[in-house]
Amino acid sequence: MSLRARLRRALLNNPLVLTCAGFIVVLTVLALGVSVLPVPDPTGQSVLFRLKPPSAEHLLGTDRLGRDILSRVLWGARLSLIVGVGVVGLSGALGTLLGVIAGYFRGWPSEIVLRLTDIFLAFPPLILAMVTVTVLGNNLFTVVLAISVGTIPRFARVARGTILSIREREYVEAARALGASMPRIVANHVLLNAIDPLIVLCTLLIPTAILTEALLSFLGLGITEPQPTWGNMINSGQIVLREAPWLTLFPGAAIVLTVLAFNLLGDAIRDALDPAVRDVSGVQSPSVDARPPIPEPAGRLERPPQYASSS
Amino acid sequence: MRVLPGDPAAAMLGNNATPQSVADLRELLGLDKPIPLQFADYVTSLLRFDLGRSLAVRTPVTTLLGQALWPTLLLTVCGTLVSVLVGVPLGVLAALKRGTWLDYLASVGALLGISIPVFVWGVLLLLAFSLQWPLLPSAGAGDTPIDVARSLLMPSLATGFFQVGLVARITRSSLLSVLANDYVRTARAKGLAPTAVIIGHALRNALIPVLTVIGLNAGTLLGGAVVAETVFTRPGLGRLILDAINARDYPVIQGVMIVSVILVVLLNLVTDVLYSVADPRVRA
Repeated sequence: MSLRARLRRALLNNPLVLTCAGFIVVLTVLALGVSVLPVPDPTGQSVLFRLKPPSAEHLLGTDRLGRDILSRVLWGARLSLIVGVGVVGLSGALGTLLGVIAGYFRGWPSEIVLRLTDIFLAFPPLILAMVTVTVLGNNLFTVVLAISVGTIPRFARVARGTILSIREREYVEAARALGASMPRIVANHVLLNAIDPLIVLCTLLIPTAILTEALLSFLGLGITEPQPTWGNMINSGQIVLREAPWLTLFPGAAIVLTVLAFNLLGDAIRDALDPAVRDVSGVQSPSVDARPPIPEPAGRLERPPQYASSS
Repeated sequence: MRVLPGDPAAAMLGNNATPQSVADLRELLGLDKPIPLQFADYVTSLLRFDLGRSLAVRTPVTTLLGQALWPTLLLTVCGTLVSVLVGVPLGVLAALKRGTWLDYLASVGALLGISIPVFVWGVLLLLAFSLQWPLLPSAGAGDTPIDVARSLLMPSLATGFFQVGLVARITRSSLLSVLANDYVRTARAKGLAPTAVIIGHALRNALIPVLTVIGLNAGTLLGGAVVAETVFTRPGLGRLILDAINARDYPVIQGVMIVSVILVVLLNLVTDVLYSVADPRVRA
């Protein structure tokens, strides 16, 4: 069955997964179109409206400076989604490149890549991101880079493991015998057939990246005020938790719902694409199951830690 | 680490310091030496377990790490215990009631647990048990053993709940595959009570993948403890590294990084030792 057919079957046959996909689409549309939506400026302050509970005028209430929480949650969603996609894009590209070098060429390039990934995987991902963002400064790009530092080795490991087995297949040997150039073999035969586990890893790492960004902002190390992020909203809401719990609860709910939706969707895509899950029958409840991990390199994709997870 | 923006000497002396006094302090702290030389000095000292002195408080880094290590380690271990004590029974229940609403509820609950970050758990617990019903302290680590236990409860729950889902999911799937084995059928056939079959035969073997996952996630657990320390204003490595980052205190930041890597390696080692306890065949 083709990749598209397997994905279509995994998504369309499960109402829960369809709901999650729908939620992500709606959130993305709202986040991208927030600048044209009729919501107040997320940084616009008003002393008269400070700490107002949810009402018809401010659907999710206002914060200590009178800023509209709904508007800030939506602008925060935009940032979280950019970070999620940015981290997966950057670490996917670099990690896959390293994985190709390590898996296809073997020998000393493989050893260098493996030792480098070992070093980075030994650090707790959150602490690595905290120090990296401190070294590089805190803006959107450096936050993406800081989280990617912990996720690049994961892509490299998965890509290497898959490519190691693919490079020995008969069709690669046939392409080589026909005189195909090395870049052509890598791009058209090796990489194209190694794409499934990488797609699965992408879907599992998006929620991890969103959580790590929220954690960094919460700790005051990521993107800081006045730019709204879910993490820094919870951090500032904590000060008035008793008087105005909505400052914390709404961005908290936004994080939980978004991460849950991505997790469920990621699980469904993994179930459809990962052979270790797809080929084992009988022990799984719909899209919310996990199986014991098989050691690297060519094992199945277990959910990565949530703090670039972490969290 | 030396690429960090900001000058620690200027940060220590404040805004009114003259350039001369900043230069004198840089010389005193050895910050005026070339970076390769500073690195060589650091590595030589590291071999003597000397991590230098904090630039901000002038205390040896090893002393600061010694003070911060135990609260974090205690919290990490308690968080792991919570995840095992809640996650394993939840996973067993889901496996035994496979295909029922209980299984589905446990599986969805497990996924929900994975999706709620430590700091959201922390804030929810604070809201419930410190503000709404003031039963537990919202900050500090406590002095007496009872206070220590009370102050540890909410951070442990926040750290552990995040891992509960993962442990429950692995326990469920691992137990289901073990229950299909011949030796489980034999144990049932010879008339053993269902509880004895599950606990004595199936669960023990099913715990190996659970141990693997806990070992693999040692770094995440440590990260969770660091965040919980911030939410509950507890002393530990989390507070130490945050304060060090704000003060541009390089030796302390380096010290925390080194200790956290050692801790992750040690926690993995403990997991390896536990394999042989859970499965005597590993020792053979």
